[in-house]
Amino acid sequence: MKFKAMTAVAALLLSVPAMTLADPDEDSLVINGEIESVTETAAPAHLSDVLDTIYSGWRFREDETQQLQMDDFDNPGMIFADLGLDQWNKVEGEAGKSCASCHGDVEESMKGVRAVYPKWNEAAQEVRTLAMQINDCRETNMKAEPYKYTSNQMTNMEALISVQSRGMPVDVAIDGPVQATWEAGKEIYYTRYGQLELSCANCHEDNYGNMIRADHLSQGQINGFPTYRLKNAKLNQTHDRFRGCIRDTRGHTFDAGSPEFVALELYVASRGNGLSVEGPSVRN
Amino acid sequence: MAEGVKPRVKAPSSAAAGEAVVLKTLISHQMESGQRKNADGTAIPRSIINRFTCEFNGKSVIDVKMEPAISTNPYFEFEAVIPEAGDLKFTWYDDDGSVYEDVKSVTIA
Repeated sequence: MKFKAMTAVAALLLSVPAMTLADPDEDSLVINGEIESVTETAAPAHLSDVLDTIYSGWRFREDETQQLQMDDFDNPGMIFADLGLDQWNKVEGEAGKSCASCHGDVEESMKGVRAVYPKWNEAAQEVRTLAMQINDCRETNMKAEPYKYTSNQMTNMEALISVQSRGMPVDVAIDGPVQATWEAGKEIYYTRYGQLELSCANCHEDNYGNMIRADHLSQGQINGFPTYRLKNAKLNQTHDRFRGCIRDTRGHTFDAGSPEFVALELYVASRGNGLSVEGPSVRN
Repeated sequence: MAEGVKPRVKAPSSAAAGEAVVLKTLISHQMESGQRKNADGTAIPRSIINRFTCEFNGKSVIDVKMEPAISTNPYFEFEAVIPEAGDLKFTWYDDDGSVYEDVKSVTIA
């Protein structure tokens, strides 16, 4: 009797911290006191079987980390967006052009762009991520060297372009010509990788809100990418994060920019349809 | 001049006379400590911002001597009393002799 009572008390004590840490917090994200961001909304229709509500990763972070993202001056990611602006105006390549030569003011021309990528490119007959589009522009129009897929220059440029769409809802198309790629991405999302045999869904769908050792699992949304991570003090590209996740399953990962990751990016982006673009966000 | 150095300052454009306002400054700089070695084993020369100052209408608000242990992209947040309208002048001194400046004007509301 006494033993049972003790166990019950112990179980109760143990369950308390778990309860306080489960689920996202109740904070709301307003950047610079003016850009209201949607960090919680009804899941898109294609997720209706598995999730009711989708949450931005911002809601799973500590208050101190959250605050860094609420003011552009405190957000270290904005330094890199500034560097991206220098790149935007820099003439490179044989064609003697910069991004600005064709696209003009980034605040006008890139508004809303980040929210719809990855998307179908009719001329090339392929699904393109933002990074692929940037490099195509560099190679075809500027006759310049492409950026390395996860290089600092690439993340700087992605950050600059993302900033112009902040607060706008992610709206990635999943039907029509992209459907086959989207299905392939979904397949990857639910495939178990590595010695630990973990799929994306095992952590980010079945266990979001729970702790994985010291880390508070989010839903793995990518609306905040490129993301400034406090752990490595730089901007991180979506495919780098995917690679890190698969590496942690003790598996061999796909390469950044590979067709597998492009498909996965499309699928994961579509899981966040309705959340606001936050990039560059701040996470731990 | 070190690469990619860009000073940034956040200061209010107006304040009440005698009000203490919060100033935030950040300069992107690699802050190479001089302690690290490259792949050949030779020391990477020190390259840091070694001094930061803020003046209001020529009067010193803060004067900071900075040392090699300070992290990349040094950030300072401090308060200043604004007695009258004027200019806040921020100055960073680089090891290589470069001086970076930024000026913010404050009016009295």
